[in-house]
Amino acid sequence: MTMNDSEDYLIGENMTGGYGGPDIIHECTIGARSGEITVIVGPNGSGKSTAMRAILGMLDMREGSVRLDGEDITGLKPQERVARGMSLVPQTGNVFTSMTVEENLEMGAFIRQDDIADTMEQVFDLFPVLKEKRRQIAGELSGGQRQQVAVGRALMTRPKVLMLDEPTAGVSPIVMTELFERILYIAGDGIAVVMVEQNARQALAIADRGYVLVGGRNRYTDTGPALMMNTDVRRAFLGG
Amino acid sequence: MDGILNALVLLSNFVIVPAMAYGSQLALGALAVTLIYAILRFSDFAQGDTMAFGAMATILFTWVLQYWDVSISPLPTALLALPFGVLCTVALCLLIDRWVYRFYRRVKAKPEVLMIVSVGVMFVYNSVVRFIIGPGDRWFVDGQRFIITAPAFKRLSGLDEGVAFKTTQGLTILTAVIVVAALFWFLNRTRTGKSMRAYSDNEDLALLSGIDPERVVRTTWIIAAALATIAGVLYGLDKSFKPFTYFNLLLPIFASAIVGGLGNPLGAIAGGFTIAFSEIALTYAYRKFLAYLTPGEWAPQGLVQLLSTDYKFAVSFVILVLVLLLRPTGIFGRRSP
Repeated sequence: MTMNDSEDYLIGENMTGGYGGPDIIHECTIGARSGEITVIVGPNGSGKSTAMRAILGMLDMREGSVRLDGEDITGLKPQERVARGMSLVPQTGNVFTSMTVEENLEMGAFIRQDDIADTMEQVFDLFPVLKEKRRQIAGELSGGQRQQVAVGRALMTRPKVLMLDEPTAGVSPIVMTELFERILYIAGDGIAVVMVEQNARQALAIADRGYVLVGGRNRYTDTGPALMMNTDVRRAFLGG
Repeated sequence: MDGILNALVLLSNFVIVPAMAYGSQLALGALAVTLIYAILRFSDFAQGDTMAFGAMATILFTWVLQYWDVSISPLPTALLALPFGVLCTVALCLLIDRWVYRFYRRVKAKPEVLMIVSVGVMFVYNSVVRFIIGPGDRWFVDGQRFIITAPAFKRLSGLDEGVAFKTTQGLTILTAVIVVAALFWFLNRTRTGKSMRAYSDNEDLALLSGIDPERVVRTTWIIAAALATIAGVLYGLDKSFKPFTYFNLLLPIFASAIVGGLGNPLGAIAGGFTIAFSEIALTYAYRKFLAYLTPGEWAPQGLVQLLSTDYKFAVSFVILVLVLLLRPTGIFGRRSP
């Protein structure tokens, strides 16, 4: 498969930088297309989350650029990128624990001035359990339900790019399968999904494109299934 | 039977009614402290002097109104001047935020640093107030003094004891109820209020949701300044206005906010009443009260007063220390202080 960057809706190119200290990622390139799922995998500390945060403008980038829909957004603050249709589900602290499910979704749509009722209905269609628990405090929900609130909150801006930082961390295998199913569904709606995952095997299985990062650098890039077939990748990262 | 009724009336007159009014004043002050802690994440030591500034501004406007013979008798003229006082205090708080606190937010100063900065702001407010209105006592209450006087109560009830219910006490309690209801409606029902709760809950996620922190901070100062002014004016109407007294109020106000759990608005209200009732109940002389409840010869000889009223601040202080030792997050608190 050829990686034609000009077709990417979102691309972070040759990104080098860190959180003020030493560089964590080096000349790292991550791209994503609308309606597709991009998965970033790699060993612990390989800069997966950092690369994703760089795309949202959450760290000091010394080199490289980020383009969204052909436009250079390297100089924009994270909030400005959110306003342009990028949405992030952080790994931890991704819900307002003292607020109800409904209020979480409302806050997700804070930048919108129009009616959010339809979008909320769509989120409830995607995660029916949230409709049932809409008046419950998010902090009192189970781990899986909290992840659903977190994803739902991020969808409330009607983003064009949805970024997920280890969405299945700490949830049961059944919940994980279900969550991946929903994410496929979200991508099916034309959203570019970028996902950092520990559960590399399951994530690559649904990935249109996979990036394997090692030491903050791109090591392998291919379609998800192709990466799973690649013997080097299998031996090094997928446990044989 | 009359003995018990008389005892209850006596207790109402000297403990319950004054503590309700004082508790309302503390609750409003503690709400301001707790909101600033929840959003700006530091303990604002200038709170007492913000109250003094608000009360002073209101007094100045009251004098102007009195000079023009504007009156809303039987209510005190200060009520009419209150909105102007609130405006002045809001302007002051926003200016100080822009000139002082914003810098420390930009450099991401620790909460302790901001707290010390607020001590500096406190000294400035302190001096400004004394410079403008002087350090002495000021009475600015006018209009009808009592809703019901003790003799009138006695006449109506036929009891030996009476409850005097001052207009200022009634106003204090009523205003506190209205202000608290409005505040909770704002925090729970409006978009801006919810964004404040979201920011307090999870700053990073609030940023990712596109909530503008500077706007949240500004709204917080506006609300805190309004609360401080209302609390300060009600306290001044009920007692008198003296800058030093307001500085002293800092301890019971912080005790109230911490007892209820810093950052928790409901806790601030519960804390305010806990402190007020403790202070007044522990410094009240129960001799007459007990005399009504016991046969004549058992009536106590002494005052049956646990603490002299001079020690009322010690009561808040002891409660504060106990709460911090036994339950540092406050009686309802989630967030640690």
